Amino acid sequence: MTEPGISRRSFLDRLLGLGVLAWLGSVIYPVVEYFKTPPQGEAEVTSVVATKIQSVKPNSGLVFRFGREPAILVSGPDGKLRAFSATCTHLQCTVQYRNDLQKIYCACHNGMYDLNGRNLAGPPPRPLTEFQVTVKGDDVVVSRT
Amino acid sequence: MTERASGPMRWIRERFNIDPLIEFASHKQVPEWRGSFWYYFGGVSLFLFIVQVVSGILLLMYYQPGEKTAYESVRFIVTKVRFGWLVRSIHSWAANLFILSAFIHMFSVFFTKAFRRPRELTWYSGFLLLALGLGFGFSGYLLPWNTLAYFATKVGTTIVAVLPGVGEPIMELLRAGKDVSTATLTRFYGLHVAILPAAFTLILGLHLMLIQTQGMHEPEPWPGGKPRYMPFFPNFVLRDLLLWLIVLNILAILAVWFPWELGSKADPFGAAPQGIKPEWYFLFTYQALKYFPAKLAGIDGEVVGIVLFGIAGLLWFLVPLWDARTPRGIRNRFINYVGITVVLFIIVMTALGVR
Ligand code: FES
Repeated sequence: MTEPGISRRSFLDRLLGLGVLAWLGSVIYPVVEYFKTPPQGEAEVTSVVATKIQSVKPNSGLVFRFGREPAILVSGPDGKLRAFSATCTHLQCTVQYRNDLQKIYCACHNGMYDLNGRNLAGPPPRPLTEFQVTVKGDDVVVSRT
Repeated sequence: MTERASGPMRWIRERFNIDPLIEFASHKQVPEWRGSFWYYFGGVSLFLFIVQVVSGILLLMYYQPGEKTAYESVRFIVTKVRFGWLVRSIHSWAANLFILSAFIHMFSVFFTKAFRRPRELTWYSGFLLLALGLGFGFSGYLLPWNTLAYFATKVGTTIVAVLPGVGEPIMELLRAGKDVSTATLTRFYGLHVAILPAAFTLILGLHLMLIQTQGMHEPEPWPGGKPRYMPFFPNFVLRDLLLWLIVLNILAILAVWFPWELGSKADPFGAAPQGIKPEWYFLFTYQALKYFPAKLAGIDGEVVGIVLFGIAGLLWFLVPLWDARTPRGIRNRFINYVGITVVLFIIVMTALGVR
């Protein structure tokens, strides 16, 4: 027969251990949660006016703000307008338009995309996300597809 | 001795028994051999850390985190505040010298096998201190909120995110959100001036206590077969102080002649500039990652690279566990070859990265 004293002791030990664990949990859990940043109000943007049509020249690019992220409006040598997310698919640098190369270029690691946002050279693994461009009156409107 | 003391000494003695400390210091000895030179780099690192605390506190007097204030307040410090440029420059230079000195310290400990029993805990705590030092560097880099720092932080935190599963949550924890934003700046600020210093100070205390109680590692075997020692006080301490003075001079020369640049203010909605590079002490990792092909056995090359680096770092940390002594108990050439490979790797990759 086990001595009641010992089993009582080990029972108490276990209880104490559980208590300590519970206590630790109740301290650590809120702290960890505290570090998770809640989403900041800003509603998901679906469309913005990038610029005025008059100011867009052929063979040029413009980085503008699309909600929380940067986007790029590219006017090809033929004057055709396209827009993409300007966040490089490699490591999230902001891309730019190189009129000498007529390509979209990422300076961080020499990533290269063509005018359709397809990744051509360098480390980018995926094409840029494309947005829709419409001209409403004077405004160049870019929206999520 | 106790009898003779009077005045302040006696006043202190009556309240706190300092005799054991004095006793300890007067008997402490430092092994004297050709490797002794390397002992000083621990002290130099300590000195540079103190410089960082002091110059960091001075910067705190004016620095204001925030989208509209971070860059402006640093510019204010370096252009308007008397000697502000000097304080900021010293803080940046000492940070880099600290990492350099800590690296030298670590490798000298590695090659002299000073991490062996009973000094494993000193090695572990030292490794953690270096890791925290790198954390200081990474978080401090962003605080001036300039273009280079902004994109380097973006790239650096995105690299973490490529890890499957845990990567994204860690990245969001670091960035305080999905993007590098003012929230990130505030978080890095908190890390840089509160969390990291607290953790560093605790571990540093442990590290120093271990060194003091265990004494410096002695070469095995003693060159020439006969141990030689130098008294810790005053011989070693004076040399240490002299070296600190020299380091301070080097620091002053660097800070005055090569003041740290501030660059242009970060614009989260502008294109990334050419020449985004991490600080030199991250460069070798960063450069090595470039040599991984986009896909390796169906897995993203970068993921493979980061996992490999993680494993290598862990093995390095755990060296006291796998460093098997040879039957004769002392020399282990294998460890030396590992160390030399690592040093060469770091040097070559850094050189390639600088180019
Ligand atoms: S982040 Fe664009 S190429 Fe690496």
